[in-house]
Amino acid sequence: MFKQACWNEPVIFQLGRKGRKGHMVPKADEEIRQTIDSALTAFPKEMLRRALPELPELSEVEVVRHYLRLSQMNYGVDLGFYPLGSCTMKYNPKLNDFLASNPSLTGLHPYQDESTVQGILEILSTLAKLLAEITGTFEVCLQPAAGAQGEFLGALIMRAHHKLNGNIQEKTELVVPDSAHGTNPASGTMAGFKIVVIPSSQEGCVDLEALKSAVSGHTAGLMLTNPNTLGVFEKDIEEIADVIHEAGGLLYYDGANLNAILGKVRPGDMGFDIVHINIHKTFGTPHGGGGPGAGPIGVSKELEQYLPVPRIAFDGKRYYFDHNKPRSIGKIRSFYGNVAVLLRAYAYILSLGAEGLEEVAEVSVLNANYLLKKLSSIRGLELPFARGRPRKHECVFSLKKLYRETGVRALDVAKRMLDYGIHAPTTYFPQIVEEALMIEPTEAFEKEELDRFVDIVRKISEEAYSKPETVLKAPRNAALGRLDEVKASHPKTMALSWRMHQEKPVCEYKQ
Amino acid sequence: MAKTDAIHCYIPNSVPDVKRQMMKEIGITSIEELYVDVPRKFRLRTKLNLPAPASELEVKKHVEELLAKNKISRDMSVFLGAGCWPHYVPAVVDAVVQRAEFLTSYTPYQPEISQGILQSLFEYQSMICELTAMEVANSSMYDWASALGEAARMAARLTQRTEILIPRIVHSERLATLRTYADPAGLTIAPVGYDSDTGHLDIEDFKRKISRRTAAVYIENPSYLGFVETKAKEVAEETHDHKAMFIAGVDPISLGILKPPGEYGADIVVGEGQPLGSHMNYGGPLLGIFACRDDRQLIRQMPGRMIGMTTTLENNKTGFCMALQAREQHIRREKATSNICTNEALCALSSAVYLALLGPRGLKELGEIIVLKTSYTMKLLEKIESVRVPLFKSPHFKEFTVNFDAAEMTMQEIHEKMLRHGVQGGKHLNSEFPELGKTALYCVTETHSRAEIDSLAQTLNNVLQERS
Repeated sequence: MFKQACWNEPVIFQLGRKGRKGHMVPKADEEIRQTIDSALTAFPKEMLRRALPELPELSEVEVVRHYLRLSQMNYGVDLGFYPLGSCTMKYNPKLNDFLASNPSLTGLHPYQDESTVQGILEILSTLAKLLAEITGTFEVCLQPAAGAQGEFLGALIMRAHHKLNGNIQEKTELVVPDSAHGTNPASGTMAGFKIVVIPSSQEGCVDLEALKSAVSGHTAGLMLTNPNTLGVFEKDIEEIADVIHEAGGLLYYDGANLNAILGKVRPGDMGFDIVHINIHKTFGTPHGGGGPGAGPIGVSKELEQYLPVPRIAFDGKRYYFDHNKPRSIGKIRSFYGNVAVLLRAYAYILSLGAEGLEEVAEVSVLNANYLLKKLSSIRGLELPFARGRPRKHECVFSLKKLYRETGVRALDVAKRMLDYGIHAPTTYFPQIVEEALMIEPTEAFEKEELDRFVDIVRKISEEAYSKPETVLKAPRNAALGRLDEVKASHPKTMALSWRMHQEKPVCEYKQ
Repeated sequence: MAKTDAIHCYIPNSVPDVKRQMMKEIGITSIEELYVDVPRKFRLRTKLNLPAPASELEVKKHVEELLAKNKISRDMSVFLGAGCWPHYVPAVVDAVVQRAEFLTSYTPYQPEISQGILQSLFEYQSMICELTAMEVANSSMYDWASALGEAARMAARLTQRTEILIPRIVHSERLATLRTYADPAGLTIAPVGYDSDTGHLDIEDFKRKISRRTAAVYIENPSYLGFVETKAKEVAEETHDHKAMFIAGVDPISLGILKPPGEYGADIVVGEGQPLGSHMNYGGPLLGIFACRDDRQLIRQMPGRMIGMTTTLENNKTGFCMALQAREQHIRREKATSNICTNEALCALSSAVYLALLGPRGLKELGEIIVLKTSYTMKLLEKIESVRVPLFKSPHFKEFTVNFDAAEMTMQEIHEKMLRHGVQGGKHLNSEFPELGKTALYCVTETHSRAEIDSLAQTLNNVLQERS
């Protein structure tokens, strides 16, 4: 049975000894030292640090050992099944990591003369074109650091568009379905819009009537995920687009679920005006424990003028930056984007080509529907919304029945899954599903692993009905048992740094 | 559109036989049946117009050939900084962040199986707190610029005021990003002038501009143009007298020698963590630092993810999990403190490893070496006729201004000639600060050897003499 390493590894501040060093800093040349006796004397005393920062002092080998031990207490896609719904935890090809460690990328400075960066500019420019083709948009901007920043940028472009049309005073509302990712309403608010939430239909999709009654002259746009967070395709997309466009609004595509439709249907063709792409989801770049990702956006021809500067252009001979875009919304970050992530996506698209990307979509959908079918027969699991309709890349089950009958919740089932050496699906999302388990297998796992997952879920269901304690007390095989998340957030007990912990220790440090 | 039965190495179930078996289980005969609800009129009728699939070897060769067209410090001397700096990244850092257990994991929603990244991020937060002398840090923002934007919005929420005072001397991209974040919240940005002798904040101008509208006052140390801002404490006091928030921006690699912002009254600290163990990567990914004081009001308004120390429910063992998630978008939705979700966690891990390796003494030594080399370079360049280095009479850290007003050539001419001699000079400042004339911002770090610095001076001298 699976057993995660548990090293009882102390916090790094408790390791090492005074005087140890983990890295030899290069010395300044003797000549420099002689020329400059002490440069620091020129610094005003009140701006110099009085005491050394209280960083740990470790030798190199101790640092390596510490972080390697910690790595063994972490679970990644390379270790096994990771069906975290909405996050598209697919395989991250090793070649792409290798290419991203090339010194001709890692050592590049963003302000180098254009003649010295033609290679990377060609890669970025081509990637933008490939992404425009894949999404059916006119032009792609690679700058956003993540999907949520892409959303923010998209919402700012809506603002800029309505401003130019002279009706920003009226266009104050952004419509968001209740099944949307939390980033949608948060991004819309950041861009200054009032969020209007519309309820989902019985089918779990946009309710056209609800949409029509929510839409008015104040509607700036709609943010939509398609396929939506239930994994169901919004089949009324044409009508939805018409309602929004007739009201003078813009249609925004949340690209979280783009994986399911690669090569099948393009957001731009469905009437979306602005599309973001989660590079780390759809294009297989590593999620890095939470980031970095990249969240390029594609826009229609009409909206191209608002994209951030600078833009990469080509004059037939060489690539260059174009800063002359008077209607641009400006900047959302420094420089040009998360280039090391984008380069990996470029290699990913080249490896798969059009056929491979379509295969990605098909198999991710096949895998999700296979799981849907197999899991449906398991006691305590119910499939809410849109029964009988195929899902796309993910399916969402409700454990309401299991909870009612056994007292075992989705959270408990998720924890028990860890004991079997798999990562849990997303839980309690979308919020319209009670006791939700949101399962996205991606195309990257083999049938045998899917079957094993089904067996595990069946076993856990049996445990819930026969000996619920096993599930309620899980996990036992992860590095640690359940954590007190309330304590971590309570004003009286929270410790957000070693400093805070030392000032008012909240717990006897114990391993 | 007929698809062939190609087998893809990233897609185990692309084997036709496996597919058939799975389809049979689902009760379909074609995968097309799973797409029946996609309106026909929108369906792609042709294949995407993309290059044909390529083998690993082909992709590798192709990408490497393109990358080989780039020039890096191996091919020429580069003296650029301005928000992304060349610092040495120890081999251990790369070795740790390439561990697939870290690299291929995601947001630690299941803390029991994610203690590795959680503890690492807690250590990152803790080390940032030690460096900045603050008590709370989040586990990363996208970059310094967006962190500043979020800090301004946080200050506005806390004070219910609408104006942000910032120094006139600030990076134009950072300023542009700040405006982008501030505008939709109805905030205005008011620049404060500088003393043309020292570059320091013009205190008179500052006192004139601060008012009951001021939500926050922002300063940077070292400043964008490399000099050390000495009036930090005075600015902090005046800011607090007006009940506004004081935000400090830092290059953390200076904090082995420079006073930490927590000691001159900062309420919020932002900065760029890239120097601490992340490669330049043509400007991204970067690492936004975000820290604040241990104040309940402030903490509740923090953007981004925070990792907290806690215990297991059963036997009281120490562990880590995400804390205060109720501020974040996945819980609070439109009322969240920020929309950030995916962040720069792996870069934060790089920084934790980097700081653990250098330790307090290493960081101090490094800071001193950077100051030495900066001074040495300025001294050498000073000797060149028709060059003024630096423009401001202040001590400098890592970056400094070089003025060519007395030279007969244009900036572009000088730049091109230098480049032909294998030297990529500093960033031109004429569009950002026209009042500084023909000025460039040069950067020197521990990565520049004395030979390189000497040759910079030699080249510059030669280039400037070519015409005269």
